[in-house]
Amino acid sequence: MSAQTASAGKATTWQNELYDLLRRNNVTQFAYVPDAGHAVLIDRSLADPDAHSIALTTEEEGVALLAGADLGGARGVLLMQSSGVGNCINMLSLVNGGRFPMLILVSMRGDFGEGNPWQFPMGQAVQPVLEAMGVICLRIERPEDVTPTVTAASTMVFQSGYAVAVLLTQKLIGAKKF
Amino acid sequence: MTQSKTGTEGPRIKARGVAAIFILDRAEAVPALVGKHEDFLIVAGLAGTAKDVGALTKDGAHAFALAGVMGAAAMMGLGLALARPDRRVLVLTGDGELLMNVGALATIAVKNPPNLAIVCVDNGHYGETGYQKSHTSLGVDLETIAAGSGIARTLTIENHSELAEGARLIREGNGTAFVLLRVKPTDPPSYKRNLDPAFCRNRFRTALSEKR
Repeated sequence: MSAQTASAGKATTWQNELYDLLRRNNVTQFAYVPDAGHAVLIDRSLADPDAHSIALTTEEEGVALLAGADLGGARGVLLMQSSGVGNCINMLSLVNGGRFPMLILVSMRGDFGEGNPWQFPMGQAVQPVLEAMGVICLRIERPEDVTPTVTAASTMVFQSGYAVAVLLTQKLIGAKKF
Repeated sequence: MTQSKTGTEGPRIKARGVAAIFILDRAEAVPALVGKHEDFLIVAGLAGTAKDVGALTKDGAHAFALAGVMGAAAMMGLGLALARPDRRVLVLTGDGELLMNVGALATIAVKNPPNLAIVCVDNGHYGETGYQKSHTSLGVDLETIAAGSGIARTLTIENHSELAEGARLIREGNGTAFVLLRVKPTDPPSYKRNLDPAFCRNRFRTALSEKR
């Protein structure tokens, strides 16, 4: 097995564990703009007859979608790349003002080892922008931290009613090669 | 297939007839279209449709009306409809609000929940900010956009005689419905509603869980 394949296999393992963890926490709505960093979660949700897999045209749709899900008593997760954070800012007023629970998983770009300069402005702004809108950020850099961190985030979101973004850093998911 | 009068005759240049088609009064047309509002879980957009729904339901617990986050209403309706397939969900939104997040129509069409209906109260103007013309006064047709997004059951209402068909469309059927309700640019009814979004969220969820 090449180093690359081993690394890909490891990534698939934590992503599969992550999907199972979210489903155990009764997450039924998976909303996303397609992204390689979330590929396993997206594919698992598409194949899951007991979950709704919702492809968005822009990430802010997902913020409103999950607020609506909460009104109906359902739980969801919003998957996006770091560039999508910028598309959500005003919509997060709904979450902050309405105290809607909101779980967001962000696959980071413009971060550790980034080779595309276009990704830096938003990538570097992700955490301050989310925090300015009242979203708590938890960063993950190692595969073994994924399950405990998302477990913690689920408790903060679904028990305490807060908005939490888990940032899947490029140390964890790797930098795209250019 | 679109159920509009003009059907599939090709591109419709509605800008030419603008003055003639914004004739209904929203204060009468919205209640006539919705009918017994308690039959629905309702999400209302900000400004005009929030006031329509506030007056119609007397700020009821089965309605969640926005006062900000322009562009959220249609997608909140989708999340709610997927969460509660046992209930009919009605979104009332304005032309300005829907235009701000018009991609939501594409997202909704793909999911196509049968218990969701979207009514766009289209007065062709941004009423809340001083009645500046919106794109729908200038040739943009949101029913055509909804149909082109893949929503199969669509209708434009311009006259009293079409309200009954719209009322059926939002209550029946095997897919999401979209109704463009053209109204003249006059003020919505006034009703003092609670503007605290956290209070309104809790009120909605509590009322819904008590009915479970």
